[in-house]
Amino acid sequence: MPNINKLKNLSGQAHIVGVGESNKLGKVPEKSPLAHHAEAAVNALNDAGFELSDVDALFTAGWSTLDVAEYLGIQPRYTDSTSVGGSSFVIHVAHALAAIEAGYCEVALITHGQSGRSDRAPIPRNPGAPMAQYESPYGIMGPPISYAMAARRYMHEYGEDRTRQAMAEVAVSTRKWANMNPMAYFYDVPATFDDYHNSRWVAWPFHLLDCCLVTDAGAAVVITSKERAKDAKNGSVAVLGAGEGHDHSMISQMPDLTSAFGRHTGPQAMEMAGVTHADLDLAMIYDSFTYTVLVTLENLGFCGAGEAPDFVADQRTAPGGDFPLNTNGGGLSYTHPGMYGIFTLVEAARQLRGHAGDRQLDNCELALAHGTGGLLSSTGTVVLGRA
Amino acid sequence: MSSLPQKPQPIVQPESEKYWDGLKNEEIWLQRSKKTGEFQFFPRGISIYDPSAGEAGVEWVKVSGQATLFTFAIVHAAPHQGFVGDLPYITALVELEEGVKIPTNIVGIEPEPENLEIGMGLLPVFEHHDGEATLLKFRPA
Repeated sequence: MPNINKLKNLSGQAHIVGVGESNKLGKVPEKSPLAHHAEAAVNALNDAGFELSDVDALFTAGWSTLDVAEYLGIQPRYTDSTSVGGSSFVIHVAHALAAIEAGYCEVALITHGQSGRSDRAPIPRNPGAPMAQYESPYGIMGPPISYAMAARRYMHEYGEDRTRQAMAEVAVSTRKWANMNPMAYFYDVPATFDDYHNSRWVAWPFHLLDCCLVTDAGAAVVITSKERAKDAKNGSVAVLGAGEGHDHSMISQMPDLTSAFGRHTGPQAMEMAGVTHADLDLAMIYDSFTYTVLVTLENLGFCGAGEAPDFVADQRTAPGGDFPLNTNGGGLSYTHPGMYGIFTLVEAARQLRGHAGDRQLDNCELALAHGTGGLLSSTGTVVLGRA
Repeated sequence: MSSLPQKPQPIVQPESEKYWDGLKNEEIWLQRSKKTGEFQFFPRGISIYDPSAGEAGVEWVKVSGQATLFTFAIVHAAPHQGFVGDLPYITALVELEEGVKIPTNIVGIEPEPENLEIGMGLLPVFEHHDGEATLLKFRPA
């Protein structure tokens, strides 16, 4: 089990010093996935005021670090291709923190690039995995169907109508944030409750507007030691707490469809950071689907089991509400290339450093970023603080 | 018909041959821990309830296939070209009376939410395909 006392000694010892997206997100058929990695890496390093030659540790998911390092022309001394779905990049933050503090490296680069929309060579599934043997033959493939089955179970346990209303609340509030982010896919496209309810079915109970986007995008994050973070050009953000884990791969093996692993990673990250829910100014919660947000709010302890529909009621998570959530517009309305988790870090770092433009929150000092990967399978949580 | 894209086929592994062979004979064989009596799905080289016993900790048991509906979705957008002709179709997790949950399809009813009630009784349907694996689906009891 994690040793929380040892982890507390790690709290704040590494800082995020740079974040960036690739130059254009959305439909970008003219760029390969690796080009998104590279563009984002350069942008994040420029944000930090660091050079690619400073990087001595590389982290990525979806791709092997072998491919990404080769493409970038770097020779890392610490390498981590942990790939457990879209949460991976949040998990990489904890790994970078540990590696830097242990002395394996000084400047860690986490990159992501995926062309979910335009890829000429999509990442193949492993045909030998149990998922391919036991679920795919029944047409249980891809995230929407699996998450929809989890959401249906939640509706059964906690009420269909109030869950439906809550899913709509999340879709609409998230779109309002996207309407304030010029990089968002739906920057110019508002969405009403009627739009939500009238959108087509993808996998009942999911409407189209319950589902994240499928885009082409990249992002990168630069992390270094607390000491070296003093050199950062645009300030830094301390990594105060972290937790990671998973409890299944196939949806049919999930121990409880209404409780994902954030029930462990959230409390761990917050205890390591020494913060409580009331201290947090921003929650960046991976919104692969509207349901993902509801179940995650409960798992992280912002509210109790079955209480998320009340928690998000009346556009509480929208701009101007008292619980700012997914202020970049989320995977639902900003961008989601397939493994979105890194974008929760990018936005949290921007808000904490005051770089979030029109959507900048007042007095944002502490943020939680949470990734969910696979089929509600893995989670990574970090608590970040303005340095 | 031969022009329709094929659905994904299971690549049977050594530890799951008995499961898939059983379905061809319209029999459902599951693994059980010899020590604790707890069933597991899917088949493995160990019992997750008694891992230290290794392969010897597992025994195969033929079960009835009586099940209840645990949850479901109704798919309107095909996740693979092979399923385009089936839309809309019902995916489900069903709970066998032995306590394991298995992924499947519900057949024999119109794919409308009001036709499905969580907890409803289900019976197995063995769907045979020439030259392919037999699939274990379920219909209302």
